[in-house]
Amino acid sequence: MTHAVELKNITKRFGSTVANDKVDLYVDSGVIMSLLGENGSGKTTLMNMLAGIYFPDEGQIFVGGKEVSIRSPRDAYENGIGMIHQHFKLIDVFTAAENVALGINEGKYDLKKVAAGVKEISDKYGFGIDPDKKIYEMSVSEKQTVEIIKVLYRGANILILDEPTAVLTPQETEKLFGILKAMKADGKAIILITHKLNEVMAVSDVVAVLRKGQHIKTVRTEETNPQALTEMMVGRAVSLNIDRMEPKDPKPRLTVAGLTCRDSEGVTKLENVGFIAYSGEILGIAGIAGSGQKELLEAIAGLRPISSGSIIYTPEGKIPEELVGKTPMEIKEAGVALAFVPEDRLGMGLVGGMGMTENMMLRTWNKGRGIFVNRKEPEKVAEQVYEFLEVVTPSIDYPVRKLSGGNVQKVLVGREIASSPSVLMSAYAVRGLDINTSYIIYNLMEGQKSKGVAVIFVGEDLDVLLQLADRILVLCDGKVSGIVDARTTTKEEVGLLMTQVGGGKDAN
Amino acid sequence: MNEKTPLIRLAKREDMSKKKIWMIRLLALAAAILIGMIIFAIAGANPINAYGTMIASSLGKKSGIRQVVKNAVPLLGVGLALAPCFRMRYWNIGAEGQITMGAMAASYFALYWYAKLPSAVLLLVMALAGMLFGAFWAAVPAIFKARWGTNETLFTLMMNYIAIGIVAWLQGGPWEGKPGSQIIPMFDSKAVLPKIFGVHCGWILVLLLVVFMFIYMNYTKHGYEIAVLGESENTARYAGMNVAKVTLRTAALSGAICGLVGFMTASGVNQTLYSDVAGGVGFTAITVCWLSQLNPFAMIVISLLLAILSRGSSGLQTALGIPASISDIITGIILLCMLGCEFFINYRIIWRHKESSGKEASV
Repeated sequence: MTHAVELKNITKRFGSTVANDKVDLYVDSGVIMSLLGENGSGKTTLMNMLAGIYFPDEGQIFVGGKEVSIRSPRDAYENGIGMIHQHFKLIDVFTAAENVALGINEGKYDLKKVAAGVKEISDKYGFGIDPDKKIYEMSVSEKQTVEIIKVLYRGANILILDEPTAVLTPQETEKLFGILKAMKADGKAIILITHKLNEVMAVSDVVAVLRKGQHIKTVRTEETNPQALTEMMVGRAVSLNIDRMEPKDPKPRLTVAGLTCRDSEGVTKLENVGFIAYSGEILGIAGIAGSGQKELLEAIAGLRPISSGSIIYTPEGKIPEELVGKTPMEIKEAGVALAFVPEDRLGMGLVGGMGMTENMMLRTWNKGRGIFVNRKEPEKVAEQVYEFLEVVTPSIDYPVRKLSGGNVQKVLVGREIASSPSVLMSAYAVRGLDINTSYIIYNLMEGQKSKGVAVIFVGEDLDVLLQLADRILVLCDGKVSGIVDARTTTKEEVGLLMTQVGGGKDAN
Repeated sequence: MNEKTPLIRLAKREDMSKKKIWMIRLLALAAAILIGMIIFAIAGANPINAYGTMIASSLGKKSGIRQVVKNAVPLLGVGLALAPCFRMRYWNIGAEGQITMGAMAASYFALYWYAKLPSAVLLLVMALAGMLFGAFWAAVPAIFKARWGTNETLFTLMMNYIAIGIVAWLQGGPWEGKPGSQIIPMFDSKAVLPKIFGVHCGWILVLLLVVFMFIYMNYTKHGYEIAVLGESENTARYAGMNVAKVTLRTAALSGAICGLVGFMTASGVNQTLYSDVAGGVGFTAITVCWLSQLNPFAMIVISLLLAILSRGSSGLQTALGIPASISDIITGIILLCMLGCEFFINYRIIWRHKESSGKEASV
């Protein structure tokens, strides 16, 4: 039988590192395959070779049984392969149809024809996309759908999706899985790159596991389980448990009341937000991307002007103080630490071109008298983080930009923990990390909690928030739509609060 | 591999040793010199002879060397001034204007205060006035950038023409010497920088500045702020840095050094003021800055190299009758080769395999 796409003996090297080592892999039409692997296991590299971004050093690619040479994304399209990247490649001020029309190079530019085609695809799979809607008016999930239509319009039979659910709510994820199943029924071959094992189990037919660039095994989903998959990925038995303890002696550490923030254009980003974060507790924050999570943490850290409201901070054994009106530096000195991992992982909190030492210096550069920076102190902290968190780097002066994602995040979170904060705010700390590394970070958070730190944890993965947090605050459109007990709530309840469908406890 | 493998592929490389990197850069320089030979041949001169003449006229005689140093001083000074701005990713291309304003402020004291002050004090006042005006001229676009997010590239560029215009007006108006001459009178000898080894003492000043700038950029809090801000404004804010203050301070420092160079040029070289006092140094210094990759010590070498080229080509014109603008062409070729070779440092070129197990050729 001919496979939709088959890779034979594919090897790709970058300098002396082997990203893919003699990989043999195939997908059949009408099959959803999950591609699993830790960070740096070569998943993306492998898929980029199918998408025409890299060219393999060795090996062959067969599409529909015929050997092909994919030298560019255009070649990939011509062979019916389309990739939906994690970061959307859409133009905001264009409509859906205009975005689909971009880069199509056949005959004359006929937007009507493209729009009709978009409509047809949308109706066929039940996407419900209006071809004339502008991208900036769309939700994240709709934008993703446009990306899928773009690929389908060009006649792709093999679709590769790179972590498509990272930006979606549980409800949207369900909808996406519905779409994937519809496409599968239509005979498309689908490759799904993901880190979330429950999704692998829910939607895929087969699972291929990569480890250190090698293809370990492809198994049928129904014949495996998350534990077995993790062991295949990591190469040894690992425990995927968070030992969530009861908060010990919780005391109000941070009392936020009536917090309202507007951005520079006067748009309200946070409205009347109020909550209490207790010592020795992890307060999870959930919400659709862009619901005010970032703004909330920035407001507390003093990085964002506050229109009204108060943030009372009560350090252990000290008198309460108001944080509103203090500079970011003063807030940091008082013991409120922020570890924010932005989408590009660097760009906020870390300087890519600098080594670990100089990145540690971001906390201490202003300390001490005189005009010179003190290198000794941050060097010590860098050594500690390097040893304690097992950061993989050639040296503590090696630019962090060149480290793998997991190590970058270890440096960031490690620096904040090293300052022994009494409030630790972390946002997207496991963004893009594999399971194993994620659990290291979760356990770091748990460790901080047991030391009596008030941890505020903004996360993307609801399953994790439910396991890790003690309470979950749900933000919707800059407002608190509810605060629930993580031990008793359900994913559905939190999901509903995120969209405020059905109404949270104090919804308007 | 089938025959449809692309003929040339590129792969990123990060594993090159320092030694090899410098080898490639030297090769690039050699290539530039070779291409230069072709240019000479086209211009109708014996290439070996032409290079010989260039070297002889710039380094062969004492007067040549003095001229080279004199040309290198403002290039080096302004290159140093631009380095912190460029490290901060603040594109100050207004050095011309900042030099001009610095020269103007210094000239005011040279023209109207020379009788009232002893020479050393006068020179000091001139230097300070030059720095202050240079700083002011650089601060204006920085204030706009910090407060309203204007584009500093265009703003600093436009400020150049205003500065040059102001001096041109002074030249033909209030400061004009003989009526109708359009020339500002020569400075009194009290307002002229003393010479050391035959060149005005500015060269010592810029060498001190090299050390200052190296320490400033690498070991001070200010330098750290500049580096962080250059990489990411968000990170700088996160670390509690005052972005507006750092931007303004760095631009002003840059302008102050440019103003100092303006003072040195007016006082030490021209001994008067005219609107072309900057003479393109503000732009050429950008080349100095980038070719040295913002390293102050490397700037000494690069500014000397450019000064040798320019002195050598004027020698070429007198000796062999080849137009002096040929130095611009050679400079351009060197620049192109130096920047182009960075590509080979960052990327590997893989040619299509000759046979299935053929070795990878890399350049």
